[in-house]
Amino acid sequence: MDGLPLFAATMWLSDLIYAAPLVVVVSLVYAATRQEKMEHILSHATRLGMMITFFLAVISALLSWMDWLVSG
Amino acid sequence: MSSEPGPKSDPEDTAIELKNPALAAFLAWLVPGLGHFYQGRWAKGLLFSVSILGTFFLGLFLGSNAEVGPGRVVYVSRDPFRPHYLCQVWAGVAALPALYQYRQFSAGKSPGDSPLGRFMWPPKSEPDFRGNEADHLNLSLHRFFELGTVYTMIAGLLNILAIFDAGAGPAPILEDPKKTPSAEKTAAVTSAAAAVAATSPDASPSSPAAVGAGLGPPGGDAKTREKL
Repeated sequence: MDGLPLFAATMWLSDLIYAAPLVVVVSLVYAATRQEKMEHILSHATRLGMMITFFLAVISALLSWMDWLVSG
Repeated sequence: MSSEPGPKSDPEDTAIELKNPALAAFLAWLVPGLGHFYQGRWAKGLLFSVSILGTFFLGLFLGSNAEVGPGRVVYVSRDPFRPHYLCQVWAGVAALPALYQYRQFSAGKSPGDSPLGRFMWPPKSEPDFRGNEADHLNLSLHRFFELGTVYTMIAGLLNILAIFDAGAGPAPILEDPKKTPSAEKTAAVTSAAAAVAATSPDASPSSPAAVGAGLGPPGGDAKTREKL
């Protein structure tokens, strides 16, 4: 049973993989609706993707901390 | 950090021939990217097509297994009402088989009677938990039921942006007029001209100082510029 939290954390982290394609696609499509030239689209999408990733990381860290508070 | 990352919209970017915008928007709904292909915007059309259809079909793949059949995360259901399809339907023709399957389902047919089989077939709802097929879908697909639903919904919602882009071109990024360099320059020029007007008795918009400050008449006066 000692390995259960580690197993759960691994599963939780592996599920985050499914967010990666969405971050890429949302960034690209949103940027493409704001720019016309491909180099501008890619530049805009890169910055937006980094912002979304940062936001998700902060929210994930916050939720993990709250989970630790509740379960710990 | 600015609210809108990336380079500002280039005025050249917005000079796009949209051809027939209504037709382009309809085509963009029908198949993501098709409206842009019609307008000759090949790169963006390919980007939208690959991104949106890729996300939609990845969601369908996640919502499939051998037990429940393919594409079980996209379906139409009135009882209980499934609002997710209101987002998924924006992915266009890729989501339309669900409407056909719902008609077959409503007519009392079974998946075996449909040429599409169990693809996008709505789950049968029963008051008894054991007979409720929607619950069975959740149990069988586990978290992939939600993941597939989210993927297909996001694909549909992203295509709304692509439809607007096909119908009206890229949305301009609005700049804060108080922070733009051009606004600062205009403000400086205005204050300079005001100072000139206060000190010079014959100050006018066409006076040498005003012209030198950039506030002269359009086209400027060659003689005046030479004097300056």
